[in-house]
Amino acid sequence: MSPASRFASVGNGEAVDYSRVPVVPIEDFRSAILRMAAAGRRLCALLSTGVAGGPPAGLLAVLADDAGGRLYLAASEPVTSYKALTPELPQAHLFEREIFESSGITPEGHPWPKPVRLVPADKVTFFQETGEEIHEVAVGPIHAGIIEPGHFRFQCHGETVHHLEIQLGYQHRGVERLLRGGPDSRSLSIAETICGDTAIAHGWAYCAINEALGGASLSLRAEALRAVALELERLANHIGDLGAISNDIGYLPAMSYFGRMRGDYLNLLMLASGNRFGKGLLRPGGLAFDLSEEMCASMAGTVRLGLKHLEQVAGMFFGEPSVISRLEETGVISRKVCDDLGLVGVCARAAGADRDVRQDHPFGFYRFRHIPSTILDTGDVFSRAMVRFLEAQRSMEFLSALLGHLPAGSASGPCGAPAANHIAVALIEGWRGEVCHVAKTGAGRKFEWYKVVDPSFHNWMGLAMTMRGGEISDFPLCNKSFNLSYCGHDL
Amino acid sequence: METITLVLSYPIILLLAPPVMLGLITKTKALVAGRKGPPVLQPLYDTIKLLGKGAVYSSTTTWMFKLGPVVSLAAVFCASALAPLAGAPLISFNGDAILFAYLFALGRFVTVMAALDTGSSFEGMGASREVAFSSLAEPALILTFASLAYRSGGLCLAQMFAPHSGPSAAAGTILVLGTLFVVLLAENSRIPVDDPNTHLELTMIHEVMVLDHGGPDLAFILHGAGIKLVLMSALLVRLVLPEMPPAAALGSLLFGLGCVAVAIGLVESSMARVRMVRVPQLLVAAICAATFGLMLTLR
Repeated sequence: MSPASRFASVGNGEAVDYSRVPVVPIEDFRSAILRMAAAGRRLCALLSTGVAGGPPAGLLAVLADDAGGRLYLAASEPVTSYKALTPELPQAHLFEREIFESSGITPEGHPWPKPVRLVPADKVTFFQETGEEIHEVAVGPIHAGIIEPGHFRFQCHGETVHHLEIQLGYQHRGVERLLRGGPDSRSLSIAETICGDTAIAHGWAYCAINEALGGASLSLRAEALRAVALELERLANHIGDLGAISNDIGYLPAMSYFGRMRGDYLNLLMLASGNRFGKGLLRPGGLAFDLSEEMCASMAGTVRLGLKHLEQVAGMFFGEPSVISRLEETGVISRKVCDDLGLVGVCARAAGADRDVRQDHPFGFYRFRHIPSTILDTGDVFSRAMVRFLEAQRSMEFLSALLGHLPAGSASGPCGAPAANHIAVALIEGWRGEVCHVAKTGAGRKFEWYKVVDPSFHNWMGLAMTMRGGEISDFPLCNKSFNLSYCGHDL
Repeated sequence: METITLVLSYPIILLLAPPVMLGLITKTKALVAGRKGPPVLQPLYDTIKLLGKGAVYSSTTTWMFKLGPVVSLAAVFCASALAPLAGAPLISFNGDAILFAYLFALGRFVTVMAALDTGSSFEGMGASREVAFSSLAEPALILTFASLAYRSGGLCLAQMFAPHSGPSAAAGTILVLGTLFVVLLAENSRIPVDDPNTHLELTMIHEVMVLDHGGPDLAFILHGAGIKLVLMSALLVRLVLPEMPPAAALGSLLFGLGCVAVAIGLVESSMARVRMVRVPQLLVAAICAATFGLMLTLR
């Protein structure tokens, strides 16, 4: 019996009748997931289908087969406790903590079943090392820069970090609760504000869920313009991150130049949508409005000039010996840790994992035109910076080719109400990594539950692992090289 | 005439030169990065603003915390009386070079004590870094003083930094200049050793020790740091200036200070900060350069 036989198979951005998702006893569910993971499938989402205070509920898993381009769904029968997956499958650790927190189902044997986001950090216990020369450093939730709140607890021996524990939850707004009962007129805005710098990717994932459930098909022009918006978002953030890394290591000219260039791409999104983060551009069924020919031509010009500038500044940045010596071998994450924790996005590709939704589970316009994925294998801050530069370069090449030859047609189309009792999964490769939305409709054609997994949810533990045995003075640089989202994690 | 210049030189060098030097560094960095940057006198405006503010003291701190800024400013003022600036120093005696070096050390000691007094984990880390790195910067400074003292025949700053000609001195002077410049960067928390502009507490060395100070205390600390920068730069400039009348000496000293500020700005614009574990290597290299300088002088 193949491990996939206990699962319903769907493609990215497809809906399936919920009755086709197999519901199996928890022991079978558990062993099927472990067998799938052993065969190289990745856990995209693991959730409890119940709502707090409701009747006992089961678990639902979404696994991705990156090589085969398929997604697998399975559900368990209702449980109140089960044997935790985490000891055998570390990538489930945060999902199981989240299930424990939100639904009360106990993952027995979970090594660290503490709250994820609903309990304030001063009410939770932290792992503590003891010893005469061990000291503890607490950073945050209020930081020196203008960034989001999060708490970091270091156990140090001198300058060496033995352990870092990250406690978030300060940005919890109840996104999944607000989306439940939708779609309504607020749902899209809520999806776009899941994570402010990833408005396009989350907005697109929300639209893809609606289009899958509503059976809408998009015009080629709408698909192409969405890809343009997603790549502009990627450019603004990747280039902004390179500037932030330059700032952290005190290399000021590159910081200024990258910072200015980030503004160029935010301005292009502003030109397209009236918002520097592209909010309000997407609609289920297509785009809220079409872009004129002149606008596309001016975008193409900016991108072509921007590519030249990017290559010059990156040449200066990566050609400076003091920069290379600062970045190389700092904050290393091994391929094994990357796979064990199920990391996604830039930091996985920097550690040698060829994992890119645009290539593995192509969606939208990426089904017709591919962007080569960028893989480096050292897993240090240098490779995370380099992957950002190379991806920005690929995106610019993609944009300048696409903007000259946009398909004709209408940019918006109808999107019907969701089908009843269906489940849909949408994966979008946002600039940080894989954005995953899973939603199920009830008999009233409304969302019974809506689940969001931001790439940061997978990756925060990766940041904690890079600090093991590292220097505490390297933490800000490592943190910047991951640049994870607090609100995307906290929802 | 000579007295007037001398009397005029101190307020200029001690009150005006520190903020202007810091402002020039910032301006240079801004221009290299293609920005306009804040006005050159911005550090002076900041100091005046801070002097007009009140201060907040944590309940965990004691008198040591308040003593730190006052004593460290007093220490650099005393050191300025010993340093040969535009002309002869106010006070000069055999052995004043040692007192000069250890007045800086006194300032550092009280700053470290004030930092430890807060009981904050950040300030403790900063204090341990400051002490560790200055224990390597100090031998480099003392070794350069030793070679200058041997050359001039006495441990008196006025003689050690008097114009000294002759080709035989050139090689030694270059090594002394190089060492002093590295020590200057390290002692004044400049890139590549420290980053004076960073907001990241975990990477700071000097700045993290003064995070809890505010208002007039912070103004004292910032101005004291500025004077320290001016004094060390003035010693560098004095090494290359020829003998000249006092008015010209003051003018050329101020010009020299400007050049040092631009040089620091260019260094900060052209390289990234080294990672903290590599800072000792840089300082040990400075010690080696100072040792070679001493050997050349002794030869």
